[in-house]
Amino acid sequence: MTMMKKLLTSAVASAMMATGAQAAISNDTVKIGYLADMSGTYRDLAGPNGLKAMEMAIADFGGEVNGAKIEVVSADDRNSADVASSTVRRWVENENVDLVAGLVASSVSIAVSDILEENDRLGIVSGSAASSITNEHCTPNHIHYVYDTYPLANGTASAVVKEGGKTWFILTADYAFGHALEGDVTRVVEANGGEIIGTLRHPFPTPDFSSFILQAQASGADVVALANAGADTTNAINTASEFGLTQSGQTLAALLLFLNDVKALGVEAAQGIQLTTGWYWDMNDETRAWSDRFMEETGARPTMIHAGVYSSTMQYLKAVEATGSDDAQTVRKQMMNTPINDMFTKNGVIREDGRMVHDMYLAEVKTPAESKNEWDLYKILRTIPAEEAYRPLSESKCPLVNK
Amino acid sequence: MSMIFGVPLAVLSGQLLIGVINGAFYALLSLGLAVIFGLLKIINFAHGAMYMLGAMVTVIMFDVMGVNYWVALFMAPLLVGAVGVLIEYFLLRRIAGQDHIYSLLLTFGIALLMQGVLTNIYGVSGMRYSMPDLFKGGINLGFMFLPYYRAWVIGIALVVCFGTWFMIEKTKLGAYLRAGTEDAQLMQGFGINVPLLISLTYGFGVALAAFAGVLAAPIYSVTPVMGSHILITVFAVVVIGGMGSIGGAIITGILMGVVEGLTKTFYPPASSAVIFLVMVVVLMFRPAGLFGKEA
Amino acid sequence: MSQSFDSTAIHQAILEQQKADGRKKMLLNAVLVLLLVAAPFVLYPVFLMKILCFALFAVAFNLLFGFTGLLSFGHAAFLATGGYTTGYLLTNLSWLSTELGIMAGTGVATLLGLAFALLSIRRQGIYFAMVTLALAQLVFFFFVQSEFTGGEDGMHGIPRGHLLGMIDLSNNFNMYYFVLAVFLGCYLLVQRIVSSPYGQVLKSIKQNEPRAVSLGYNVNRYKVLAFVISAALAGLAGSMKSVVFQLASLNDAHWHMSGEVILMTLVGGMGTLLGPVVGATFVVNVEYHLSQGALRDWVDPILGGIFILVVLAFRSGFVGELQKFFKKNLG
Repeated sequence: MTMMKKLLTSAVASAMMATGAQAAISNDTVKIGYLADMSGTYRDLAGPNGLKAMEMAIADFGGEVNGAKIEVVSADDRNSADVASSTVRRWVENENVDLVAGLVASSVSIAVSDILEENDRLGIVSGSAASSITNEHCTPNHIHYVYDTYPLANGTASAVVKEGGKTWFILTADYAFGHALEGDVTRVVEANGGEIIGTLRHPFPTPDFSSFILQAQASGADVVALANAGADTTNAINTASEFGLTQSGQTLAALLLFLNDVKALGVEAAQGIQLTTGWYWDMNDETRAWSDRFMEETGARPTMIHAGVYSSTMQYLKAVEATGSDDAQTVRKQMMNTPINDMFTKNGVIREDGRMVHDMYLAEVKTPAESKNEWDLYKILRTIPAEEAYRPLSESKCPLVNK
Repeated sequence: MSMIFGVPLAVLSGQLLIGVINGAFYALLSLGLAVIFGLLKIINFAHGAMYMLGAMVTVIMFDVMGVNYWVALFMAPLLVGAVGVLIEYFLLRRIAGQDHIYSLLLTFGIALLMQGVLTNIYGVSGMRYSMPDLFKGGINLGFMFLPYYRAWVIGIALVVCFGTWFMIEKTKLGAYLRAGTEDAQLMQGFGINVPLLISLTYGFGVALAAFAGVLAAPIYSVTPVMGSHILITVFAVVVIGGMGSIGGAIITGILMGVVEGLTKTFYPPASSAVIFLVMVVVLMFRPAGLFGKEA
Repeated sequence: MSQSFDSTAIHQAILEQQKADGRKKMLLNAVLVLLLVAAPFVLYPVFLMKILCFALFAVAFNLLFGFTGLLSFGHAAFLATGGYTTGYLLTNLSWLSTELGIMAGTGVATLLGLAFALLSIRRQGIYFAMVTLALAQLVFFFFVQSEFTGGEDGMHGIPRGHLLGMIDLSNNFNMYYFVLAVFLGCYLLVQRIVSSPYGQVLKSIKQNEPRAVSLGYNVNRYKVLAFVISAALAGLAGSMKSVVFQLASLNDAHWHMSGEVILMTLVGGMGTLLGPVVGATFVVNVEYHLSQGALRDWVDPILGGIFILVVLAFRSGFVGELQKFFKKNLG
């Protein structure tokens, strides 16, 4: 039924395109809603600076599409699915918002994508880690842009196993994201000939990790992997360095670390940690140039999510320009048909399940001697090709794929 | 190697020691709460925020003025204590004599306000604070590696806890304090400035929280929200100990550190909930907590 | 003039006054109901339903706190239990009509309320608050651990279904009038409870528990019943909320939610009937509008400021202060 409706609307949209491009942009306005955690745990990795990145994209695009103006509304989701869903419902049902972007907490992203599917608008998820967003929770109305748990495990775990880390102990944050990451890591480690000799699920959040680090030490595993995020990860790394975990010959692998986390830890505590990232500000001239502008605006270097918000907004606007429409299906189709080549990625492709697959990078945190300034934090060890990084479509549980 | 419930004895001893260290930390935090409740009947929901403020002030003083750890150990509690005195004087005093619940709500509001403002200024990723050189490294105890800093934490926390208990329960100043809060008019008659005494007591209570904050700065990530996670746990400790019982708060703090440590060994996911389970059970059998006097 | 004449006149006058007051109140209530019926034509129905759900939650809390004097710091547990139960049943049993799902959610929350009450009712004051908090934390832990809640991701895609198997609730207007009817029903129920002899006993417990005991009332039985009713209504609010939003999440079970309902009740005026409704409307609006506007990043500090202001400046809340004002100037 909804599928039919969508086909119809997209048919109508293409028909209107033929008659005149302007007519298909509703209300002569492209309205984008930026929804993210602006005040809580995830504030620094997306938050207010993500909005800045989006505004930069719109300004760079010229502030209008085919003569229609571009408007931005924004809100704090307070990491709450119901705050998010009442905001987005109002945005799409009353305020004609065409695109919802940002989207960090997985509960928020899943709730919002349901509403977008119901109302046939588009969403671009940049902040969430859960790979389920384009797997069992996939919809024809959203795109998952920057990263997910699958390449995080793939990149870091396979690299560490290949370097000789055969036995693993996983410290898992005891909630859906942690479990997903733990599952992905287990699969990758075992596939590469390693072995999981212990897992430990800690409450989220945990202020003191000493007890868990001690257990990890006692396990005698080659590798201690952290399947958690944010303050939990930084606390665990700090405690590991305090208790001399790496001195006693164990390797610490953090599966999800953002630039702001590493900056908070400092290179002294974090040096040598390997991690997977979708983007780094200091990779080449293009990324540096954009990051310099971002830093002028915000006073901080961008995380991969900030860069992803910029890039995805740009792709969206280009698709609206090319099709002359702001209809969700028309634009999404156009975005899928156009490989992404910008400062964020080369040859990034949006698949039918909504996953944007692109090259990921295995990075290592620099030593104090290598780091030239407070933001000089990573060296890129290896590029993980897109097709190797993300969950292959053959393993997908997304109903959009098999059709 | 001998095993207890499938856990090697060596690991268990390590966990117990860690439990005691965390317990000493809890004791320090709950002590301040107990002082404030026991003497002033204020339910201080801003206690976590004061702990956070202590840690933040330590980091900020170092970043801006290069103030080192040892100076911060005195300065931060002093500054936060002064903030506490101001809060008592300008805000809490106005609701003295009202239902306890109002002090809870007022201090909860203060906590939200401080946390929110600092989040907007400093973000939530955490601020870096280096371990003082003296404490780098640690000692191998055979069953575990004990960082010097953790040994220092347990030592200094116990000294401060005991000192506070001694001052309040055993000295003349403490006697004035207890009398002043029980019968303000009488003490006023003796020429003692009771309102000042009350301000200072509140200031002292939150200074203890700030002191714990300084101790936390080198080992935990310092963020504006660090206090909100620990607040409820510390409250549970105080309630289990018997609200207002100074000695009870200290002993229960250490006890709960150990209970939590054991849970972290045998069933880690429950380690954040176990204290509440203990609390329900304890209050069932001892309505005023382990060491509290029945009202 | 004789003594008796005088007292009859006064009596007469008081009766007149009461009648007039009653009429005024009825008129006020009628106007409010009319406004609520007309509201979805002007305002966004989903947002209105959110307000109604939280208003019901606050009314439930106020029955316990405002009228009985028991501060529960664990009411989030009932809100969440109602929401998760209803969500789980409606998602997994396609034949279940919506009202049955909501009733089941309310039922489970009621049972949980009974368990809470039995475990906590003998504790006084702050210890009571802390036991309810501890129990609610255990419930939170259960929800985090349970597979069926979806953990941090939450429970999504709960079908709104049909009322009595006939009325399509996916239509926002139908849903709204259903929620409004339930809300008004509960509000009237609480009004009846409060003004009934039972309600008088609750109030006397609040004012002076030892006296109520000495008058021969089995105080604990009264308190348990009040707690259970309050939990049931809170569970009902959670059940409806999960149907309205088609999701249930851990936020509802977090202790911050228990704090939020205290704020709502206090801002509106605890111990007044209309207070919690006004308070919930105010808090939901403040949160919503702040999180949208230029002050987006400052919601928490502003809420904190409101807490402080309310406690210091108008402890009786909006409705309480208004009542005081009218009594002083018009009575």
